[in-house]
Amino acid sequence: MMIRIALHNPHQLISGCGKSITALSIMNLHTPGRFIMDGQILFAGKNLLQLTEKEMIHIRGNQISMIFQEPMVSLNPVYTIGMQMTEMILLHQKVSKKQAKEQALGQLKQVAIADPQDIFYRYPYELSGGMRQRVMIAMAMANHPQLLIADEPTTALDVTIQAQILDLMRTLRQQTGASILLITHDLGVVAEMCDRVIVMYAGRIVEQGMAQELFADPKHPYTIGLLQSLPRLNGRKKYLDDIPGNVPAPQHYTHQACRFAPRCRFATALCHKAQPGLRQLSDTHGVYCFLWNKEPIQA
Amino acid sequence: MNLLEVENLVKHFPVAKGWFGRGKQTVYAVNGVSFSVAKGETLGVVGESGSGKSTMGRSVLRLIEPTSGRVRLEGVDVTSLNGENLRKARKHMQMIFQDPYASLNPRLTIGNILEEPLKYHGVEKKNDRREQAERLLREVGLDDSYYDRFPFQFSGGQRQRVGIARALALNPKLIIADEPVSALDVSIQAQVLNLFVKLQETRNLTYVFISHDLSVVKHLCNRIAVMYLGEIVEMAECEELFRHPLHPYTQALIRAIPVVDPAQRRQRLILTGDIPSQTSPPAGCPFHTRCPQCMDICKKEHPALLTQSGHQTSCHLYGKH
Repeated sequence: MMIRIALHNPHQLISGCGKSITALSIMNLHTPGRFIMDGQILFAGKNLLQLTEKEMIHIRGNQISMIFQEPMVSLNPVYTIGMQMTEMILLHQKVSKKQAKEQALGQLKQVAIADPQDIFYRYPYELSGGMRQRVMIAMAMANHPQLLIADEPTTALDVTIQAQILDLMRTLRQQTGASILLITHDLGVVAEMCDRVIVMYAGRIVEQGMAQELFADPKHPYTIGLLQSLPRLNGRKKYLDDIPGNVPAPQHYTHQACRFAPRCRFATALCHKAQPGLRQLSDTHGVYCFLWNKEPIQA
Repeated sequence: MNLLEVENLVKHFPVAKGWFGRGKQTVYAVNGVSFSVAKGETLGVVGESGSGKSTMGRSVLRLIEPTSGRVRLEGVDVTSLNGENLRKARKHMQMIFQDPYASLNPRLTIGNILEEPLKYHGVEKKNDRREQAERLLREVGLDDSYYDRFPFQFSGGQRQRVGIARALALNPKLIIADEPVSALDVSIQAQVLNLFVKLQETRNLTYVFISHDLSVVKHLCNRIAVMYLGEIVEMAECEELFRHPLHPYTQALIRAIPVVDPAQRRQRLILTGDIPSQTSPPAGCPFHTRCPQCMDICKKEHPALLTQSGHQTSCHLYGKH
């Protein structure tokens, strides 16, 4: 898979397929040997793929940190919130245990937890889903990272709690100036949160642009299809415009064709034979589709 | 005519706490829910997790036994049936579940899954059953050659179609769908929602559609009931509910939905806190702990259900002062 994402300050995001794997690759969190990795991941000018595990530890949770979809699974059930938070502060900063605790309490307060002293001594199972996600965010922000990767942070939460968490992430972004890489399948969340959007399909980028451009004027048939298939609050039609077919399984990925072609209304013979190249429509808006660019990528 | 009438449905679960179950507690999952659904209508039920919407759906079908209350299907009191009569009545009401990975038996072929209900409800001949199963597969947009395959060979959307075909097998009048599209991708979700609309037209089905997603419910339903902590706090025609939401909870729910348009980022009314525990619901109005317009009376007295031209709400803001 070929992904090129440039993250300037601040804040952007992805939506589509193969998105979680991309994020895990950035953090180098794969099972060793399971993945064939090629290319470069440049973070502040350094190629993360060439770093040793020891060097990577200094970056993970420190300069780049991550929050996951299911906060129950990603917190350790046998340690209190306080132990888990101070652990990562002590790992990355030269502070005493007492200072670490103070910092942790401060972080918990920052994510709008009403009673940090109480939560500090509790176990993850004692908290609700929204509270756990707040704790996850507090942990992720503890070492003031430059980049926060949020992988479907609100998917497991109810709408009213989702609104709270998105609001919190927006506030923290303003306060700390951190960049956010937000991974989600929810176009509503994208529209609310993001400045720039990358749409992925079956392991490849199909379209990217500023959120405004992409929602107002989508160019790739997949992006158009996604936006049309959403039930909207305003306007009512009897049938939704769905995209026929299914997302292919990774073992069935084609390398010499557009992967969306089998589901695309506009597909031509060319789409089944070659991979479309990038067409830059503006400085920020780019699309990989033969409708916009007749030049295939040279294999 | 109303196909389904539910009156004062209550479901409480006793739970054991502490060592060896000493100390008993009760989960107040559904607390006196009443509604009716007309033939051919779709009633949407929305609410957050823990609002009791799934428990309500299951108690209506008696998949779990309600603690008290009445459920009538075409005038027949389902809650008082038992044995053979209940088995026969179940034919008319079917359920579609959320998780298409968990609700199909992995050891049975698609054919077996679809034929099982037919077998129990008197389709004796094997050939007839097969014919019907293949027809069902075509009706939900699947190839009839899938008859001999197993659930693991299908994607989530296809499995949900199998789940729908199974629910249709006995030609039911009422279908209760519990979050049938929440586990699916956006593009697949649209396919399945379209199938729901098509089937309702061709078979004149009545749906109770349970979902946490207001935009999905708005797309599909004629009427919407909003549940909070085991109660219906507001119920109205779909358009009316979105145009004039009365209950503060409904207002917050509607405003919490992200709008799919970056040009329209709006200031949202954000509810603080979480839904209270069902084992110890607050006194008075169940929503008062999170309500931005909470008054003194809300903490003490439970609001009565008020109805005005078909729009029901239970909130002290609209009561007599």
